[in-house]
Amino acid sequence: MKAAVIVFPGSNREGDMARALRQATGVKPAMLWHDDHELPAGVDLVVLPGGFSHGDYLRCGAIAGRAAIMDAVRAHAARGGLVLGVCNGFQILCESGLLPGVLMRNANLRFVCRTQHLRVERNDAAFTSHYAKGQIIEVAIAHGEGNYEDDDEGIARLEGEGLVAFRYCDALGRLGGDANPNGSRNDIAGIYSARRNVLGLMPHPENLIDPLVGGIDGRALFESLAAA
Amino acid sequence: MKARIIVTLKSGVLDPQGKAIEHALAALGVPGVASLRQGKVFDVEIAAADKDSARASLTSACEKLLANTVIENYAIEL
Repeated sequence: MKAAVIVFPGSNREGDMARALRQATGVKPAMLWHDDHELPAGVDLVVLPGGFSHGDYLRCGAIAGRAAIMDAVRAHAARGGLVLGVCNGFQILCESGLLPGVLMRNANLRFVCRTQHLRVERNDAAFTSHYAKGQIIEVAIAHGEGNYEDDDEGIARLEGEGLVAFRYCDALGRLGGDANPNGSRNDIAGIYSARRNVLGLMPHPENLIDPLVGGIDGRALFESLAAA
Repeated sequence: MKARIIVTLKSGVLDPQGKAIEHALAALGVPGVASLRQGKVFDVEIAAADKDSARASLTSACEKLLANTVIENYAIEL
């Protein structure tokens, strides 16, 4: 598994991401800059980390979604290559057209920063093979714009084609109410592209890979990728 | 040539910021505000031979970057 992490002006989670990838794969990922034009040869996985690219100006991820490197990322995804976007990376994937829909301001207008339970919707994707289907995991969230919205048709397509990757839930796996931190439609925390080779999610699995920080539920995502 | 682009949320898209502003106006005692939606205005200086070519450039600006057409409409004033 050869991974590359793309750094945009204002990214701030690339270090955590690189550590998680290195822990799972044994190899340091390549770090690329947003105005690079090409991915290193043989890259299997491209990762867009969290942060506040371009200061969240205009819309979160809007300017980064049009960065020079994104043409190469789109071509990589079109070839079936793996792409992971976390938090701001998810926003960038939506703005770049690699994933449908949009991440709006949290419904309660608050920036949420805490741990959060998620339900793993399927474990037959490259990102989740080391989880059990329906497993409840606890990872971190830290965002002000994570409220996933699309029109009714778009949501029906995601649900119908099994493209919801993770849903917000409580510790017992119950959906809705206070378990949904941002008002996302259908408690959506993460989604796949139609071919399930692109995953965007608001929560931060890369922050829960070491018992020192309170849990390792994020590790299986990177171990799944390492085995893909 | 001066142009103004107005980007607004499509009807039906939740606008929590607009709602918060609407509630703040009510709290300030401003009478008669039945509803409020927040949008964005871009004032653009554009070099173009005529209005049609200016409009074409600005449409491309909106489609490529200024508006997210999943949730937003845009209007161009020249």
